Amino acid sequence: MSTISLKIEFGGGLELLFANQRSHRIDIPALVPVSAPSAAGPLSTDEQESQKKPADVTYLLYWLRDNLLKEREELFMEHGTVRPGVLVLINDTDWELEGEGDYQLKNNDEIVFISTLHGG
Amino acid sequence: MPPRLCALCHAVRAILKRPKTGQQICKECFFYVFETEIHNTVTEAKLFKPGDRVAIGASGGKDSTVLAHVMKTLNERYSYGLDLFLLSIDEGITGYRDDSLETVKRNQQQYDMPLKILSYDELYGWTMDAIVTQIGKKNNCTFCGVFRRQALDRGAAILNVDHIVTGHNADDIAETVLMNIMRGDIARLGRCTSICTQGEDTIKRSKPFKYAYEKEIVMYAYFKKLDYFSTECIYSPDAYRGHARAFLKDLEVSRPSAIIDIIHSGEAFEIKEDVKATQKSQQTCRRCGYMSSNELCKACTLLEGLERGMAHAVATDRGRKKLDADDHAPENLRTIPFFQLPASSRPNSTAPIEAAS
Repeated sequence: MSTISLKIEFGGGLELLFANQRSHRIDIPALVPVSAPSAAGPLSTDEQESQKKPADVTYLLYWLRDNLLKEREELFMEHGTVRPGVLVLINDTDWELEGEGDYQLKNNDEIVFISTLHGG
Repeated sequence: MPPRLCALCHAVRAILKRPKTGQQICKECFFYVFETEIHNTVTEAKLFKPGDRVAIGASGGKDSTVLAHVMKTLNERYSYGLDLFLLSIDEGITGYRDDSLETVKRNQQQYDMPLKILSYDELYGWTMDAIVTQIGKKNNCTFCGVFRRQALDRGAAILNVDHIVTGHNADDIAETVLMNIMRGDIARLGRCTSICTQGEDTIKRSKPFKYAYEKEIVMYAYFKKLDYFSTECIYSPDAYRGHARAFLKDLEVSRPSAIIDIIHSGEAFEIKEDVKATQKSQQTCRRCGYMSSNELCKACTLLEGLERGMAHAVATDRGRKKLDADDHAPENLRTIPFFQLPASSRPNSTAPIEAAS
């Protein structure tokens, strides 16, 4: 199965939820089941497992939660997206300009998550 | 999909969607509009005069780090003629403030500004670690908040500055408006949106980031690669503010302008004269000379509670009133040095810094 390699950065205190490590290199599947959780919400169960779609940022959020997150997932995700107050950058661009969770990941993309919620 | 071009320069790819306006702009235009909006806030509110000595309340966190950077940039770009200082308060919290103060010390080098660190220990004889040992994690924020406010003024007096600027941003102010509404605190609701506060006996304080969104402050720090510290205080976070903040962030998701709208609502509140009349007048604390709404200021009351081993009692309003009525402080009680405002040597006639016409 083909995979894509991503660089993940956490900042603004969010790294504390990920074993206090700011920078990670990960490999995720290039194609994921359509029934995987997405911004569109869970699909009905009769959807065929064999259907695939390119991995998007929403898939990545769940992947990070299930594979890298060490504690307090409620500080990272809420209602299928990042918790309000967490900024996301895709290759140094605000994810709001890139389609947010629907952005389709490419090999060597760099995704940065920064919490704004810590004191200043 | 073709890259979206910056809505301002139409030449470079946009990297940020502004929460205030929805505009999509490039990195250089973002730096320029962010800094220019702070300059406009400063000049429209006539915050400074040439020659003013200004302390930046610096915690090492994102807001004050960006504030120090922007104040230095604007002071040079527009020749404000300000003498800038960094002022940090060391609450004495091991594993939190000691680390963040290292960031401030690096900022001192990076921004080439004199730094003054004033500790709770030298001012009050108590670190927050020692206070928490006595009273536990509940209510300790009361002590920290009261002590920090007074410590900033005293640090400013030591630096002989005219003015303290703090990194409070638009999100912070909108949260405070919501909290004051929920608590029914009319007095604070009336003044919490002021950009500048100055009583007769206090050093002028202002918030140049009053209209700056947290998102943009964090993006600015990220793209400028500024060195800041981001760890939550190890003692209990301010739970009440936490609720207001979570609510505000939810509002922002559905309508980004909500933050600025709440600030505008807060500014538009008018407090009735007969309500104002029932509010306590300010006096000076008979023990330490700091401004106070009672005979004893809150810091002196809290310190006396700590010294007498009855800190729990003074953490509530009722306990404080009781201690206030009970006038005989035991001898040899540790007290805070007497507070005196710095004597301003500058003439008052200097015109404030305004936008060039």
